Amino acid sequence: MECALDAQSLISISLRKIHSSRTQRGGIKLHKNLLVSYVLRNARQLYLSERYAELYRRQQQQQQQQHQRPHHQHQHLAYAAPGMPASATDFVPAPTWPPASSPGFYRGAYPAPSDFGVHCSSQTTVLDLDTHVVTTVENGYLHQDCCASAHCPCCGQGAPGPGLASAAGCKRKYYPGQEEDDDDEEDAGDLGAEPPGGAPFTPCKRARFEDFCPDSSPDASNISNLISIFGSGFTGLVSRQPDSSEQPPPLNGQLCAKQALASLGAWTRAIVAF
Amino acid sequence: MQNKIQSHSRGEYNVYSTFQSHEPEFDYLKSLEIEEKINKIRWLPQKNAAQFLLSTNDKTIKLWKISERDKRPEGYNLKEEDGRYRDPTTVTTLRVPVFRPMDLMVEASPRRIFANAHTYHINSISINSDYETYLSADDLRINLWHLEITDRSFNIVDIKPANMEELTEVITAAEFHPNSCNTFVYSSSKGTIRLCDMRASALCDRHSKLFEEPEDPSNRSFFSEIISSISDVKFSHSGRYMMTRDYLSVKIWDLNMENRPVETYQVHEYLRSKLCSLYENDCIFDKFECCWNGSDSVVMTGSYNNFFRMFDRNTKRDITLEASRENNKPRTVLKPRKVCASGKRKKDEISVDSLDFNKKILHTAWHPKENIIAVATTNNLYIFQDKVN
Repeated sequence: MECALDAQSLISISLRKIHSSRTQRGGIKLHKNLLVSYVLRNARQLYLSERYAELYRRQQQQQQQQHQRPHHQHQHLAYAAPGMPASATDFVPAPTWPPASSPGFYRGAYPAPSDFGVHCSSQTTVLDLDTHVVTTVENGYLHQDCCASAHCPCCGQGAPGPGLASAAGCKRKYYPGQEEDDDDEEDAGDLGAEPPGGAPFTPCKRARFEDFCPDSSPDASNISNLISIFGSGFTGLVSRQPDSSEQPPPLNGQLCAKQALASLGAWTRAIVAF
Repeated sequence: MQNKIQSHSRGEYNVYSTFQSHEPEFDYLKSLEIEEKINKIRWLPQKNAAQFLLSTNDKTIKLWKISERDKRPEGYNLKEEDGRYRDPTTVTTLRVPVFRPMDLMVEASPRRIFANAHTYHINSISINSDYETYLSADDLRINLWHLEITDRSFNIVDIKPANMEELTEVITAAEFHPNSCNTFVYSSSKGTIRLCDMRASALCDRHSKLFEEPEDPSNRSFFSEIISSISDVKFSHSGRYMMTRDYLSVKIWDLNMENRPVETYQVHEYLRSKLCSLYENDCIFDKFECCWNGSDSVVMTGSYNNFFRMFDRNTKRDITLEASRENNKPRTVLKPRKVCASGKRKKDEISVDSLDFNKKILHTAWHPKENIIAVATTNNLYIFQDKVN
């Protein structure tokens, strides 16, 4: 059945529904939110399968190009994978994530932009919990993160520095951490759906956010890095090899997918937790 | 929301009683407002002059007694007619009070309040054929009550997983069997129905029968899970069949056959290509009910644009009718409607895109003996009956 909306729109609509259900009279409706999470899962599966196909296709292109280029430029075999629709309503890092206090680590994982024609062509959907605005960011790399790697051709010279100073053309970004609602009521707040045969789709309780971010006042640069990781898709993980300067990781479609799936749990937790 | 009955057809039916069943409440522990909106109403079988019904909101069930008063006592010795007590020293004669007729007054009084037994939102109540007990179901649990006892209930179904993150389905409706007081069914958001026997064990987590139809893979879409969620389940009067309503269809199940329904009726298949828009405007979450006629030969359910549908199980004919003031004068025969799914619209047909999705008929009821039906639109109640020659 064809749908008038693409997967990404469905995802943002679904997240909006989940979010607005929290302020509805009578409390969160478990049944409705469970059904919405199924739509989320279905749309995500379609979106990811399209992404993997595109990743694989680009990798094929890159591998052809690599044969003509110097070796050192390929230490980051990370592709400008368009950003996942990481509309994290509650952006909760998974247990497998390194703690947020090592921004330098993540910066290093950004792909060298000069290799890629299409660098910042990604789309990320973010939901701002303060203004309740869902925006689709055209550049998966938000401006300040782009310019953190100074070679970025599309964003010009010089990094404006960490922080949420938004530059022209960048939409406002969501950062988590200011949830004032109490979520120790597990009955009202929890939601989960186990897709049959699929990747684990395990939203975590919001209380866990405090577990992983003990300093609840967000360090803007750390969080912006985390979001950028998601913005760069799973390539952020892929290129996070300590010895990536040597032999490039044998990236093929399968490895990409495997590592992507490995972090799928983290990603879906971020998406669905509320 | 008030328990209000407004009549549509002039002169035949009048409002009998109006009262507000529930008040909004606030759960301070959870910082949650509990809506006063009524989710379900069930009549009890009549035992005396008064009527009894159960009504429930998200959290609390109430037993109401509705009684008529058409006479009142007059001629008290110690009281004046207005109720003030007389000075005893002024009483010089004795008389026997007598009943005098008065204008009919219908009073509703709450007799029992069954509270604090449900963590999740109550979606169903069903009275047992023993007329002593009833069940109430929320998203994850079903409780058994005695009509006389309000401070205690028994949990008979609990599908809450140990880890809420593993939740995959919720209970959507539950009903007692009309004849076997130990049997009940509950439907789920995954489109399955489980039949349970309370004699088997105290906690009926293991079903006796599981009714499920495999999904048609060619119909798979983003919204497959939503449209397969069952919104209502009703036993036939005979107790041999049960009917389920999901978003697009009505299915009749034989209790002796678990692997597929014996009959399937498409209510508004033309909406299948519109599921995306219906998801956007939330209509896809509408919960339609369904009902049997007295002889179990016809089933009825509601749709959009104030349409409702009837399916004759014997002739396999179906009809679409409309409940609206503009299109139907009182005492006129209802004209069948037709929705044009696509292509050239014939005269008198209505195209899918011109349907009003705000006008939905979620609740319908059929008189247990007569061919009289009640159909509820958003703000009005329509009562229709067979043509009288």
